[in-house]
Amino acid sequence: MEFPTDDGLVQAVRGVSYELRRGETLGIVGESGSGKSVSSLAVMGLLPKTARISGSAKLQGRELLGLTDSELSKVRGNKIAMIFQDPLTSLSPVYTVGYQLAEAVLAHKDVPKSEAWARAVELLDIVGIPNPEQRANAYPHELSGGMRQRVVIAIAMANNPDVIIADEPTTALDVTVQAQVMEALRNAREETGAAMILITHDLGVVAGTVDRVCVMYAGKLVETGNVDQVFYEPRMPYTLGLLGSLPRLDTTRSHRLTPIVGTPPSLVNLPPGCPFSPRCPIVQPICIEQEPELFSVGIDGQYAACHFHERLIGAKPVDLFPPTTIDEELVAAYDEAPEEVAHEEAR
Amino acid sequence: MTDLEKRDLTIESAVGQDLPLRSAEAITTEERTQFQMIVTRFLRHKVAVGSLAVFILIVLFAFVGPLLWRYDHTIDRSIPSDEPPSWDHPFGTTRAGQDVMGQVMRGTQQTLKVGFLVALLTTGIGATWGAIAGFYRGRIDSIMMRIVDVIIVIPILVVVLVLAGFTRGTTWLSVALIIGLFGWTSTARVVRGMVLSLREQEFVEASRAMGAGDARIIFRHLLPNTAGVIIVDATLVIATAILVEAALSFLGFGIQIPDTSLGLLIQNAQTAVFTRPWLFYIPGIFIIVIVLTINFIGDGLRDALDPKQQMVRR
Amino acid sequence: MLVYVLRRLAVTIPVLIAATFFTFVLVDLSGDPLQELRFATPPVPEATIRAREVQLYLDRPTVERYWLWLTGIGDTHGDIGILQGKWGPSTQGAMDIGTEIGERFVITLRLVGAATLFALGLAVVTGVISAVKQYSITDNSLTFFGFLALAMPTFWLAALIKEAGIWANQNLGTNFATLGATSPLYYRMEGWEAFMDVVLHLVLPTLTLMLTGYAAISRYQRASMLEVLNSDYIRLARAKGLPNRVVMRRHALRTALIPVVTLAALTVSGALTGAVITETVFRWRGLGTFLTQSIAEYDAFAVMAFLLLAGILVVAANLVADLLYGVLDPRIRYD
Repeated sequence: MEFPTDDGLVQAVRGVSYELRRGETLGIVGESGSGKSVSSLAVMGLLPKTARISGSAKLQGRELLGLTDSELSKVRGNKIAMIFQDPLTSLSPVYTVGYQLAEAVLAHKDVPKSEAWARAVELLDIVGIPNPEQRANAYPHELSGGMRQRVVIAIAMANNPDVIIADEPTTALDVTVQAQVMEALRNAREETGAAMILITHDLGVVAGTVDRVCVMYAGKLVETGNVDQVFYEPRMPYTLGLLGSLPRLDTTRSHRLTPIVGTPPSLVNLPPGCPFSPRCPIVQPICIEQEPELFSVGIDGQYAACHFHERLIGAKPVDLFPPTTIDEELVAAYDEAPEEVAHEEAR
Repeated sequence: MTDLEKRDLTIESAVGQDLPLRSAEAITTEERTQFQMIVTRFLRHKVAVGSLAVFILIVLFAFVGPLLWRYDHTIDRSIPSDEPPSWDHPFGTTRAGQDVMGQVMRGTQQTLKVGFLVALLTTGIGATWGAIAGFYRGRIDSIMMRIVDVIIVIPILVVVLVLAGFTRGTTWLSVALIIGLFGWTSTARVVRGMVLSLREQEFVEASRAMGAGDARIIFRHLLPNTAGVIIVDATLVIATAILVEAALSFLGFGIQIPDTSLGLLIQNAQTAVFTRPWLFYIPGIFIIVIVLTINFIGDGLRDALDPKQQMVRR
Repeated sequence: MLVYVLRRLAVTIPVLIAATFFTFVLVDLSGDPLQELRFATPPVPEATIRAREVQLYLDRPTVERYWLWLTGIGDTHGDIGILQGKWGPSTQGAMDIGTEIGERFVITLRLVGAATLFALGLAVVTGVISAVKQYSITDNSLTFFGFLALAMPTFWLAALIKEAGIWANQNLGTNFATLGATSPLYYRMEGWEAFMDVVLHLVLPTLTLMLTGYAAISRYQRASMLEVLNSDYIRLARAKGLPNRVVMRRHALRTALIPVVTLAALTVSGALTGAVITETVFRWRGLGTFLTQSIAEYDAFAVMAFLLLAGILVVAANLVADLLYGVLDPRIRYD
């Protein structure tokens, strides 16, 4: 998928391919700019007209790319629903919440308004909004961020879709509210029996929720597999880096988080070879010359795009991305008298 | 970008073969100064650049033209009257015996002089007013902005008309002064808005910590950062001023005989639209082109100074 | 909401008073109404000049004059004091300012009203079309045309349209009314005929003001519409499966129109200015020509009367726009 811009052609997505089975939850993980949102928007036909898309997207055997807008609009909100990132701007400010929910229903079913309204109230209840009859008459700006996002989820659920795409649903919200939203998403899945694509950059959110994982980098899929495989047996340095940068409660306090140094590449002029090579700790000449394809690794269903995936069997993140300070004495002193050391360090 | 020293560490044997680790190298990009970026972005707007060229030509026409052209705007017995454009008189002549080209040169010159002086005045008054109001906020801001509200209540042409009419202001200078005296309100508002947001930034605190007084902060630090907004607003003001001056002269309260202005020329040609079109269309087209080019330049400047605008080329 | 209106009025009335005071002072300082009389030849006797001065309250200091003009409380000849409904003495012979502007106000109001309405309408239509077809040929031509309209002097366009009307009448047999607000025999007309006469005379001047007034608002509408079109809630509306037309109408347009409403006040102000010019060109006996006439005659109180009315119009338009904004946008509530 490419976007023309002032600086040149931006190749937002250079190669993604996945299959979603009924009722399955797929997590798409990646940094900002990795192309994860764009690919889903393309499927829904919601990209600006200047975007060039190639490839195929099939829903239950029916090709979606290339459908006219009016044909696609029958699919959107009906068979595939989408939840966006920022609940503050996702809802129209001039209509009540109930109206916007009822609208979603009326878009695909020819029912009387009162019935649509009743369904709206019902949906608000399912996503866990208290006082649904009253709240339905509220305007979006009168609700909190978490409640607004739940309304958006309710809208997605309205017509019992087969697929729900959640694009960074918790990114714009506080951590405490995240749990509520994820709960609402779980309810949505149970109520509708839909398959879900959860797009996020937060691996923690993905861990407990999804069945399969796709890791994207610089517009390409670089690793995929079921959640256990990717988390416990990663086979691509980027995945290892991501996992290593997760804050964990079970490690000793001595280890600082290890970020992956550098920044993602510009998608305008990608050099040949693996796009991760400038930041990869085990880079070799072949990585710079030849872009790795997705090799099948490990038990079936897992793929990784690294020339040296075999060498990474059993690797842990610290192996590739060692922590930045190893001050043994300081660590020992800290374990004995944390407060004093903290003062020391702060100076 | 952090600088990291290169380290040579190797992965332990658990991974099998030894693969050398290295740390990332800083990604380099070409450095461009902000000014260069603005100029580059401006040059990309072909219309704005073209307008700039045309505008410069008009300025030359108005100021250098009279030095080179053989006729001026006054009546000359030797000039045949009521002639359509010809080689001798490219813009034609009037019934009274004036060369229209000389008239248009002079008229354009007066118009431009008014425009520039007004721009200077409004920028000076408006930017200072707005900066002070935005910087001090509170009571001072309230009062200053109320004054602005009072001035805005009455449409500027009306105010200018009344003043010019009562003082019988007849030179370009007095017209420019009057317009400038009341035309600064939009600049003040715009600058105030920018200063209100700028003053929250840390460099203001930093300069205060270094002992800078209020005046210094306002004039040395805040105002220069509003330059972009001021410039764009100035183009709008010049355009308005030119139209106001023309209307004033048209109604007979602005620049008067024996001097001339584009508005005055049009007033004299009101009934000649179909009979002696050159008298009517040429001054009109001049006004239109001047204001048009100024607006385009302003548009180009706005786009050049605001990087958030995006234009997608097909 | 009533409280809000009252509060607003409480703020704007002082503003109006301040504006009138400030212009009054300027007018007073800028010229001597009796200048011509003083320098007339043969010379006018002192006594006459003195009498005139007294009549026009020129023997009082500026502030007292203003006070008298505003309130009429004090040593007056019984003909002054806005708050008492009296407009003050005029230098233009026997004209009574009050009755004069009363008639003229209605005439100008027709023009300003029609011009504002049509200018806004044209602005919305062109702005929306431009935004929806962004960067297309339609958008580019509309934008260019808008720029052209912005650059065009009102008086030039007015003269052009008037002459074109005359030409069309002569050569195409049309019947555009080019002079005056009504026909000379208007006072004899009734009902439908009178109405049509008024409308016909409105056509050309309104066309002029519409063309010169729509451009600024159109650009604003385009920007507002573009911002709405690129917003997340439009994306969500389409993701819901609503057909494009519905999304445009119900979500985009509705929200994009709101900020433009607030600009209605600006249009009225511009239309007022335009009216001064257009009435001059089309020879209407309206408030605009009243102004130019009064200025020419150094008629201070007449000019003040105009300024007061103009100020009231602008302030009223502002208030209406704000109230409308509150009605249209649920995020704004004036409780």
